[in-house]
Amino acid sequence: MEYINTTVERTTVQLQKEDFESDQMVKWCPGCGAHAILAAVERVFPKLGYKKENFCLVSGIGCSSRFPYYVNTYGIHGIHGRALAIATGVKVANPHLSVWVATGDGDSLAIGGNHFIHTIRRNVDINVLLFNNEIYGLTKGQYSPTTPMNTVTKTSPHGTIEHPFNIGELVMGAQGTFYARMPDNDLTLMTEAMFESAKHDGTSITEILQNCIIYADKAHFNVTGKETREENMCVIRDGQPILFGHNKEKGLRLKGTEIDVVELGKNGITIDDVLVHDRYNPDPWIHMMLAKLGPPHYPKVFGIIRSAMFPTYDDLVEEKIRLAQKDSPIKKMDHLLKSGETWEIK
Amino acid sequence: MTTINRPVVERESVVVKFVGDSGDGMQFTGGLFSESAAVAGNDLATFPDFPSEIRAPQNTIPGVSGFQVHMGSAKIYTTGDLCDVIVAMNPASLRSNLKWAKVGSTLLVDTDAFDEKSIEKAGYSSNPLEDNSLAKYNLIKAPITTLTRECLKDLGVDQKIATRSKNMFALGMLYFIFNRPLKPSFKFFDTKFKKDPTIAKINKVVLEAGYNYADTIEAIESVIQVSPAKMTPGLYRNITGNVATAWGLLAAAEKAKRPLFLGSYPITPATEILMELAKHKSLGAKVFQAEDEIAGICSAIGASYAGSMACTTTSGPGLSLKSEAIGLAVMTELPLVIVDVQRGGPSTGLPTKSEQSDLMQALFGRNGECPVIVIAASSSDNCFHYAYMAAKLAMEHMTPCILLTDGYLGFGSALFRDPKMANMPPINPPIAKANDPDYRPYKRDPKTLVRQWAIPGTEGLRHRIGGLEKENITGAVSTDPLNHQTMVNLRAEKVARVANFIPDQEVDGPQKGDLLVVSWGGTFGGVHSAVKQTQMEGKKISHAHFHYINPLPKNTEQILKSFKKILVCELNAGQFVNYLRMTYPMPSFYQFNKVQGLPFMIHELTEKFNELLESK
Repeated sequence: MEYINTTVERTTVQLQKEDFESDQMVKWCPGCGAHAILAAVERVFPKLGYKKENFCLVSGIGCSSRFPYYVNTYGIHGIHGRALAIATGVKVANPHLSVWVATGDGDSLAIGGNHFIHTIRRNVDINVLLFNNEIYGLTKGQYSPTTPMNTVTKTSPHGTIEHPFNIGELVMGAQGTFYARMPDNDLTLMTEAMFESAKHDGTSITEILQNCIIYADKAHFNVTGKETREENMCVIRDGQPILFGHNKEKGLRLKGTEIDVVELGKNGITIDDVLVHDRYNPDPWIHMMLAKLGPPHYPKVFGIIRSAMFPTYDDLVEEKIRLAQKDSPIKKMDHLLKSGETWEIK
Repeated sequence: MTTINRPVVERESVVVKFVGDSGDGMQFTGGLFSESAAVAGNDLATFPDFPSEIRAPQNTIPGVSGFQVHMGSAKIYTTGDLCDVIVAMNPASLRSNLKWAKVGSTLLVDTDAFDEKSIEKAGYSSNPLEDNSLAKYNLIKAPITTLTRECLKDLGVDQKIATRSKNMFALGMLYFIFNRPLKPSFKFFDTKFKKDPTIAKINKVVLEAGYNYADTIEAIESVIQVSPAKMTPGLYRNITGNVATAWGLLAAAEKAKRPLFLGSYPITPATEILMELAKHKSLGAKVFQAEDEIAGICSAIGASYAGSMACTTTSGPGLSLKSEAIGLAVMTELPLVIVDVQRGGPSTGLPTKSEQSDLMQALFGRNGECPVIVIAASSSDNCFHYAYMAAKLAMEHMTPCILLTDGYLGFGSALFRDPKMANMPPINPPIAKANDPDYRPYKRDPKTLVRQWAIPGTEGLRHRIGGLEKENITGAVSTDPLNHQTMVNLRAEKVARVANFIPDQEVDGPQKGDLLVVSWGGTFGGVHSAVKQTQMEGKKISHAHFHYINPLPKNTEQILKSFKKILVCELNAGQFVNYLRMTYPMPSFYQFNKVQGLPFMIHELTEKFNELLESK
């Protein structure tokens, strides 16, 4: 089907980081992972080449959701859990805006879970930065839908008894077209994911493993920490074999319907046995398996895990309107008011 | 067509109700009968009366579906209290609707449907057609199913389809009784069943057979003539309140030159607005069927921020779900139309029945000091005007506006004179100009206190708004106590000043006296008719019907002070009367309430009026 591909108007001048700095005081805790995410956004926005008036940031409630106040764009700080619904309205109303959502694991997966899956299912062209710190920060330390099983928090003094969401699995279960996972301690990787997210047509979910220094410090340490990252973090790139380890000596192999870890040079394993990442594959099966991996038996996979091409909701809205305007005799209200079953009384 | 060889009885107005099983096509039949009345020049109002179940068990009382038509040679204000003619297609529908039949009214029944099992299922202990229990009525017994099958014999029509056409036979009989021509319906069948001429043919044959059969039976002693009504010249149509609401919103969007965005979730009885707007993509309407009520309104808030004329449509339970988001729209001072087609509550309540019990929720049902404009339509056709005004006020005053209609107005229909867009009042939203160096998010017009609408994409106006309290003028986040007080006052005063932009309240009857009847919203027809009737009896009584509820018209207090007694009639437990009591404390308020999911009956009202007029 032919559909409109709406574009964002481009700027003729080279924008700088300063063009997006707001005059508001940033009130996140010192050492919070959100500072790095803000720095990445300020790096990416000028690079995209869009006019600065064409960015719109939307958020819900939570630490992450103060984000719009700290970036000088158009922005709405909404209500708890509803950022994606508000952003859908912004994008459908004006598809020529570059719409971004800053949200947290509680905001988007607990109170906003319904909007999360439905926005993804529709593939509305929104870029979502999901700050996953596995805790409720702003309400001071209660467990969230991503808190690992048996974690002690303010509302689970004896350990949580809930199975956490794996965000990648949820995104793909909802027919997501873009999913990236990034650590908050790697500015380059974050910047790259945000840039690709902006380029992707459709709902893009970038999960950022963010550290809450106060209520869940080092929650991601077993993966992203200096000591563990080479063994437990596996950064994947499109078209390249999936390798990890100190000397990239380990790889992921597709064996039947499962993924296993192999070591190059052992048992006759060569680079050709290692799975090559195809982020554009429309079938989410392998993407889903990659998203589910994690310690102790596997590394956790980072990078752009999926970016498949499907029509976006907002483009299809424009297309339906264009076709209706072409075919319908009702071009303005006066036509509608004269249409249908009517009779004249003199 | 044969010429009428019976006496013709002239009637000023007649109420006809078609009732049958959910699958009997009563809505379609009633709709066609209404069109025939409209084409004959009558004024009319209609109301469908159906269960919330799609297909309840066959031939049971819960499965009864009905369609009522009130037509007349004078202005018709209501869908009618009691019926002059009831067409009953089965025992259950007869039993459940007999209470609406006037003594002496005509009952047309399909005797074929009165078999032992169906009679028992309807809860009758004996056949009502045989046991003389209907002696007070003019009973016309016709074997409609058999006759329908017979007249289709030559066409070789499948028995099932033949049986399904029995509603057209009954309609044909009514056309004879009301001396209506068959041609307009024939034309309608040709258009509707263009792709299936056999179906058109079947309908025509059965309709004509019913007409001719009625001519042969002696039980029909005379035919009824309802002459054309005197109406303002113009192009007319029959319109339901929900369609009129949708059109009013479309008209406002075009006038304001703002694209229409609807974010909504299906809910009875408001769904038809969503369905109607979804049809009009050629007018640029963007309709988003959201995953829930909250996403409906939140998407509308996003669209409003992005510069659309945004609306969301719902009914009571949905309005409850939207409360928090309405607060966000109040705080961000964005235009937004919220249509609440009220139904019986609380909770799921009576989804297909009508009530006025969401008024307090509309006025006050939010956290914090959270004023919005509240207005109410009073007839199916003026839903167009009030939807237009809701959008105009919301955009020009940068605030949410709740439009209250109800199930009766929404589902019901009335004749609508098509307006011309050139004659609609102008709508001028306060859109901020690009690169305005003086633009501040919460800087206000000193006269109206309205802030400007700075639309994303516009150069030089980047700003952030949100649910946190903001500093006056600059829009920076602020927790300063005095600033909060200032902002609370400003938001309240901004809505209060809308009173300068709405019409004065009118009083029908003497401008001062002993008794003023007050009503609002969907009860206009009934209360107006009851007041007129009491006035005709020579009694001194006046009527004020409110459309603008928050703010109230500026002359409201003056009007209320001019009467000794004020009787507020509403279909709830006393919400408007208590709102008036708190706004204008005075001892003269009386109330008359009904919460049965049913409209007022005219005699109920006149009895109450007389009681108050007679007491000291």
